[in-house]
Amino acid sequence: MDETRKEFWLNAVLLIGLFATPVIALMIDEPFYVTLSTRVAIFALAAVGLNIALGLGGMVSFGHALYFGLGGYVAGIMAHHAFSGVPMVFGLSGSDQMLVIWPVAMLLSGLIAAIVGALSLRTSGIFFIMITLAFAQMAYYFAIGWPTYGGEDGLSIFVRNQFPGLNTMQTWNMFLLAYGALVIALVLFAMLRNARFGAALMAIRQNPERVAAVGISPFGIKLAAFVISGMITGLSGAMMADLNRFVSPSMMSWHTSGQLIVICILGGVGRLFGPVAGAAVFVGFEVVFGGLTQHWQFWLGLVLLGVVLFARGGVIGIIAGRERHG
Amino acid sequence: MSLALFIEQLLNGVQFGLMLFLMAAGLTLVFGVMGLINLAHGSLYMIGAFICAGVAAATGNFWIGLAAGVAAAAAAGAIIEVTVIRRLYARDHLDQVLATFALILILSEGTSMLFGPFPLYLSRPDSLAGTVHLGFGFNYSLYRLALIGFGVAVAIGLWMLITRTQLGVRIRAGESDREMIAALGVNIKALYTVVFALGAALAGLAGALVGSIQSVQVGMGEPVLILAFVVIVIGGIGSIKGALVGALLVGVIDTMGRFLLPRLFDLLFEAGRATDIGAAIASMLIYMLMAAVLLLRPKGLFPAHG
Repeated sequence: MDETRKEFWLNAVLLIGLFATPVIALMIDEPFYVTLSTRVAIFALAAVGLNIALGLGGMVSFGHALYFGLGGYVAGIMAHHAFSGVPMVFGLSGSDQMLVIWPVAMLLSGLIAAIVGALSLRTSGIFFIMITLAFAQMAYYFAIGWPTYGGEDGLSIFVRNQFPGLNTMQTWNMFLLAYGALVIALVLFAMLRNARFGAALMAIRQNPERVAAVGISPFGIKLAAFVISGMITGLSGAMMADLNRFVSPSMMSWHTSGQLIVICILGGVGRLFGPVAGAAVFVGFEVVFGGLTQHWQFWLGLVLLGVVLFARGGVIGIIAGRERHG
Repeated sequence: MSLALFIEQLLNGVQFGLMLFLMAAGLTLVFGVMGLINLAHGSLYMIGAFICAGVAAATGNFWIGLAAGVAAAAAAGAIIEVTVIRRLYARDHLDQVLATFALILILSEGTSMLFGPFPLYLSRPDSLAGTVHLGFGFNYSLYRLALIGFGVAVAIGLWMLITRTQLGVRIRAGESDREMIAALGVNIKALYTVVFALGAALAGLAGALVGSIQSVQVGMGEPVLILAFVVIVIGGIGSIKGALVGALLVGVIDTMGRFLLPRLFDLLFEAGRATDIGAAIASMLIYMLMAAVLLLRPKGLFPAHG
């Protein structure tokens, strides 16, 4: 079987497997695994966002926790105001409707990503890594220092936000929402990658000078990709806040940024289902080893080191073979 | 606000800046000579502090602990370089970030396995306890003053090492053209190990010195690591002079911002939250500085390579 077909079937297994796990879990009455699958879906969604910047565009953003946390805080703050009835800034009222919260989270993440991207993309290489990290740290310390919404202690969402026609307090419904968002994001990723935009973006990753020489401005394309990337990660943050019914500055910490990169790499960077495979491995690792030892991150570190040094295509790369380009 | 308080905060800022310099010097050397971005530098800082605290507690002597901490960090650096880092020089920055991120997980969890989850306490040496009178009725912590002295001495020592010794010549040559100096018969692998261990020793020294004014705990290296990155990005990656200037800028601006901004906001605005907002903005100040420097001078204040 050639490698493209292998990867196709592997993707199908991942897509169906992620759906089947909570179904089976419900049948054998193990709701814990439903929540766990939701976690996988949301982390995968966050990493699909990062994969656009990192995998397609080659932009090593070490600050995507910024958008993850921003989305989370949008969900938390809007729910907080909807609960208390006190208006937010400029007299806007809060909301406990996911269909209101998600667009706000995405727009705000996109706006911040546009600002961060416009400034950061003036640099490249290690400077880009560092400046994206710096912006995320700025937000992290602001969230810690800003006492109105809990500061370091974070902010609880007492009642999970609403989605029309679904009882979001039921774990299965929450899973469906996350899974649905993930599938839409994967379709979007595939469309972007196959579009002229994606071709230009990947060409810029490989050789920006040549792309500029044929008359395409690398800056605009990269910035657009960075903004889309931030918006998707922002959406995932809003969902994660609702899943946990809690948001805290740690969502914005550099550890979270690192984890998102790790998920992309473990799965296979730039591949359509890399984030899904990576999120499944990451969350699975957390559960299996976290149950055995509190030092599970030690083993995660060893595995990660092994993957970076010896298996650069990630999980999908090991099974389906290396990509031929890039 | 009295003048004495102002001077005290200023000195604290200088002391903080010099400790950051010890961290940043190693990072910037490693990047300048080997082109490697090392996130695990903060773990070496942590190792220095833990070994210093452990040995000082066992022997009852801070100075033996300090020497042990520096030696342990240097040894850990050499081991890490030979086993892992060496394989990363030819890789791109993404692989370097990931592999050294993995090293952080391994070293942090490893330390917590060995020393347990609770912070250690490292008391400052008796000979440096108390305060010293600096004139005009102003007293300052003797230990912090000693840290300033340490920082200045190391900065001078490092400058001498780079400009006056055979090793320094090789390091500078390695920065400008590594193939050429390898062709001239310098053992480049050994040179890289030495540079990495030197950077590790400086990080371990900083960790051990700062360990007695903070608590010694797992994860202590990470905030400092990020600040050290801010420092070298501001100063220009690869430049020791840039690291010194950047470290002092960051140390003083961060300390003075946290000290002055809440007071300033209190004066300007009446609302009760003004102090909190001032404090929140103060903690973002150095990141704003970094963004501003990168916008005006994308290669930092003292670009090392052209």
